[in-house]
Amino acid sequence: MRKCMERLINGLVKENPTFVLMLGMCPTLAVTTSAINGIGMGLATTVVLVLSNIMISVLRKVIPDGVRIPAFIVVIASFVTIVELLLKAYIPSLYAALGLYIPLIVVNCIILGRAESYASKNGVVYSAFDGLGMGLGFTFGLTCIGMVRELIGAGSLFDIMIMPESYEPVTIFILAPGAFLVLAFLVAIMNRIKLAKGKDTGVGGNCDDLCRNCPNTNCGGRGIAGKE
Amino acid sequence: MIGNLILIAVGSAFINNVVLSQFLGICPFLGVSKKINTAAGMGSAVVFVITLASFVAGVIYKYLLVPFDITYLKTIVFILVIAALVQFVEMFLKKKMKGLYQALGVYLPLITTNCAVLGVALTNVSKDYTILEGVINGLATSVGFLISIVILAGLREKMEYNNIPKPFKGMPIVLLTACLMAIAFFGFSGLK
Repeated sequence: MRKCMERLINGLVKENPTFVLMLGMCPTLAVTTSAINGIGMGLATTVVLVLSNIMISVLRKVIPDGVRIPAFIVVIASFVTIVELLLKAYIPSLYAALGLYIPLIVVNCIILGRAESYASKNGVVYSAFDGLGMGLGFTFGLTCIGMVRELIGAGSLFDIMIMPESYEPVTIFILAPGAFLVLAFLVAIMNRIKLAKGKDTGVGGNCDDLCRNCPNTNCGGRGIAGKE
Repeated sequence: MIGNLILIAVGSAFINNVVLSQFLGICPFLGVSKKINTAAGMGSAVVFVITLASFVAGVIYKYLLVPFDITYLKTIVFILVIAALVQFVEMFLKKKMKGLYQALGVYLPLITTNCAVLGVALTNVSKDYTILEGVINGLATSVGFLISIVILAGLREKMEYNNIPKPFKGMPIVLLTACLMAIAFFGFSGLK
């Protein structure tokens, strides 16, 4: 039980995919135009993450080592298709808002990363909790960014107007440039906190870390980023 | 016909730029943009793979998935096709075209997990493009990627010598640059 809790805390705080590892940047920037979209995307990813972690953990002794990456991708893509069809049938408004980014959960590196580094080596229950922790951490990150952008860009939170009538929304925050702007300041604030603590700006402070944290071990990006 | 193709091309290269307004392929955009040379290499590899992938995915969709009425499997099929295609392209270049392999080889495996490739294949299907329109869309999208990654790399080479506040060093200043580029690319929406 203690180990399950440890996995949850690990995903939410210590290895938070959005703020600490900086993984899955494409959906983080693209769908956070409002807090509700952020939560929806986060939860869809969480469902896929938990189910694929369970499935891969069950099959970990069956899948031959040589073809494990394609096998993982097929498992993940199947669950993504299931989630996509369910969303289309039961929450069409969210399906319309997230659009292309739902099938693109397949290439979200958090999911393949957890499959490769945790689920393929650990038991079913721990893997499920690991997926849940990581997924909730991702949801938390997306919701935070979504809230900031919605509050400044539209003056509302979770679709409820909270800014006074006289407030003129800064629309650029819910447009594409706003995503880069909010993330830039968030990372800068985190770097500032790390600097104050006297640590050097390791993870998140450097673009090469995107490659260093990326779970795709077959990829040459690490080599390129290191050589530059 | 030609007018329609040009419209698609300008639309996906500039107005809906793949990185700056659709946020696909952010990882290589931020990770491999320190030097103009590597950025151009990465960009050309992406142009090559996306154009080829949108052709292959279009053919498979039209002649395999639609006749058997299994279009709901498109995500699974496309990701496998793209992964296999990248492997084959790498092997082919290594054997037959040494020069091109040396230029693009290191970037190829990186592209399998690039969401832009899958994104373009899925966009082609959802917008009901014909195979030719799909290939043009793929080519234009990836040229848009090449343009923006090379511009970002050029800006970053200059920024090396600037005095940046400590918390903004590294990722934040690159994201701010991308933000300004995105604002600049908004100007293209007037082309519509």
